[in-house]
Amino acid sequence: MLVIKNLRVSIDNQEILKGIDLEVNAGEVHAIMGPNGSGKSTLASVLAGRDLYQITSGKVLYKGEDLLEKSPEERAKEGLFLGFQYPIEIPGVSMANFMRTAMNEIRKYKGLEPLTSSEFLKKMREKKDLIEISSSLTNRSVNEGFSGGEKKKNEIFQMAMFEPELAILDETDSGLDIDALRIVARGVNNMKSPLNSTIVITHYQRLLEYIVPDFVHVLYNGRIVKSGGKDLALLLEEKGYEWVRSESVNM
Amino acid sequence: MQKEQDQILNEVTSGEYKYGFYTDIEQDSLSKGLNEDVIRTISDKKGEPEFMLEFRLKAYRHWLTMKMPRWAHLNIPEIDYQDQIYYSAPKQKAKLKSLDEVDPELLETFNKLGIPLEEQKHLSGVAVDAVMDSVSVKTTFKETLAELGIIFCSFSEAVREYPDLVKQYMGSVVPYTDNFFAALNSAVFSDGSFCYIPKGVKCPMELSTYFRINAANTGQFERTLIVAEDNTYVSYLEGCTAPMRDENQLHAAIVEIVALENAEVKYATVQNWYPGNKEGKGGIYNFVTKRGICKGDNSKISWTQVETGSAITWKYPSCILRGHNTTGEFYSVAVTNNYQQADTGTKMIHIGKNSKSIIVSKGISAGRSNNSYRGLVKVLRGAENARNFSQCDSLLLGDKCGAHTFPYIESDNHTAVIEHEATTSKIGEDQIFYCNQRGISTEDAIGLIVNGYAKEVLNKLPMEFAVEAQKLLQISLEGSVG
Ligand SMILES: Nc1ncnc2c1ncn2[C@@H]1O[C@H](COP(=O)(O)OP(=O)(O)OP(=O)(O)O)[C@@H](O)[C@H]1O
Ligand SMILES: [Mg+2]
Repeated sequence: MLVIKNLRVSIDNQEILKGIDLEVNAGEVHAIMGPNGSGKSTLASVLAGRDLYQITSGKVLYKGEDLLEKSPEERAKEGLFLGFQYPIEIPGVSMANFMRTAMNEIRKYKGLEPLTSSEFLKKMREKKDLIEISSSLTNRSVNEGFSGGEKKKNEIFQMAMFEPELAILDETDSGLDIDALRIVARGVNNMKSPLNSTIVITHYQRLLEYIVPDFVHVLYNGRIVKSGGKDLALLLEEKGYEWVRSESVNM
Repeated sequence: MQKEQDQILNEVTSGEYKYGFYTDIEQDSLSKGLNEDVIRTISDKKGEPEFMLEFRLKAYRHWLTMKMPRWAHLNIPEIDYQDQIYYSAPKQKAKLKSLDEVDPELLETFNKLGIPLEEQKHLSGVAVDAVMDSVSVKTTFKETLAELGIIFCSFSEAVREYPDLVKQYMGSVVPYTDNFFAALNSAVFSDGSFCYIPKGVKCPMELSTYFRINAANTGQFERTLIVAEDNTYVSYLEGCTAPMRDENQLHAAIVEIVALENAEVKYATVQNWYPGNKEGKGGIYNFVTKRGICKGDNSKISWTQVETGSAITWKYPSCILRGHNTTGEFYSVAVTNNYQQADTGTKMIHIGKNSKSIIVSKGISAGRSNNSYRGLVKVLRGAENARNFSQCDSLLLGDKCGAHTFPYIESDNHTAVIEHEATTSKIGEDQIFYCNQRGISTEDAIGLIVNGYAKEVLNKLPMEFAVEAQKLLQISLEGSVG
């Protein structure tokens, strides 16, 4: 699904990602953990195609094709979804209009007919029930005036609507209450299939109790310094990042 | 990165003007120049009564004493008023069977503009007066409306058929002495629409006038007068387009609205005159005086405008709130792109007690354009408890354009409450990226964001036109943002 090779990324000539290697196969769930400022969001943004960064070396293959030369919208149309750490407000644009526009663009790309209003609304109802997001939110403008937790929930709602092949969730669990956390996990697990992959970026092992990852990676200072199974998250929680640092020095 | 963005911005705002075609039809035109003979000829061609000619000549003589206003934040090139044609009418080719019949070529032109003039083909519930250059081509649904006593016809016809009404109200809201362009219009105005709603009648359909400039080197000077008697309601829509030409063309119009007791008039404009090309060549100079008076108590006038066209726009639809408990509203979206310049806004003059006004202005600037809001809220001594709320927002697309706000407040009554809010924002690259990430192209993202930004105003348009206006906003900004 996704193969990252020696990816180096800078912003304003300051190197942030210092050679990332990562392979995500179809059907897998990967968790990326790491201290603040280690480059997790940068990695997610680069994969989604944000052009703030200079990619100084490396390669990314997505479904066997060069991901980095595709525009952000092409990546989205190819089934890549980013759940933003800080979702953006778009005043005056209704959630329905926003999602329908986007979904129909994606359908057009795939050579499908646009969704009719009733098909769209049906789907929206279905996913709204799954994510337990209230109509009072989905009837509003995109993220406008949403609370922090509501914005995160709205990202998962969109993920459920778009049914991506590769979902990258950047700290979607931060700021969620316990019930919301379970619902988010349900959203992710519900989507899980041998054809889909998920990368969850998180600070908390708690989320990983609900979304059980196949692999856990520790991103530290622009490098993946440790990879392992779901137990690595437990170990991290116990020992903190200092432990990783001393380990990585030994590497 | 900034460069790339600018490039996308440029691309998105350089959309093509859809209405730039020209109809090759024989015109009956005067030669260039302006003098008393020209005015007599215009009046004569229209078969006007004597009072009309006198009005025109008085206006002309007054205009000669005036200078073009220079106070707007506009860079207006010198205009040679002798180098314009002041009357041009499409010639009817074939002898037509009935007066109501329209030259097929003109029908075709309006069809191409999306304004079918055959009643059965037209949007149900919209009556249209179609004006090309100096004359009205056809007014639809006239008979249906007449059954209710509503008069909806071309201004020329009104001058001939209803001279008393015209005499009573014409110039009562915008006197010919009002300003340079109003004087010019009063001297040479060609056609326009006239609308009269008799007491107690709620007009059952949208009334609209569609203005088309076709002939070259010709100025368009139309004049619209709407009179709403006691306890009436009417909703009115005005649209306009012009061919693409390298030369600038002059347009100076007047709209007057009189709302008597308990009358409500809604006036919406979708202004899409040719804006000039990407390099700023050509385009319409749009100098317009629009004013309504809420003469009777409890009356209401609401202006809604979507301004996307013209090389230069100078326009301030205003309300004189003379009656008690009257309401004036101004909702505006003004888009400027490339080298367009707009100085637009409103005046709310509070005279009556408990008069209220609302101003919502959304400016959107892209390219190298300049977009100014200019508004006056004036409360006279007797206007107890007058209320005004103004919201003026500017959205910038790119960093080569300008947005300016000039709010003026004059209050002579201490019970008045005047609130003014203003914001300036840039279209966020993070907003665009968020849309991109969901599969929406930058161009469509800008359309979406801009329409969201302008929604409060677009919602005020009649349904059928709101959709058109949304598309128009997006098209006007094509090639501009990133
Ligand atoms: N636009 C930018 N300009 C300058 N520095 C940036 C920019 N974006 C990211 N950085 C820097 O890059 C580093 C990595 O940031 P990133 O957001 O990827 O961290 P993160 O691992 O997601 O952290 P957190 O856990 O706090 O979300 C930080 O030091 C940050 O300050
Ligand atoms: Mg982050």
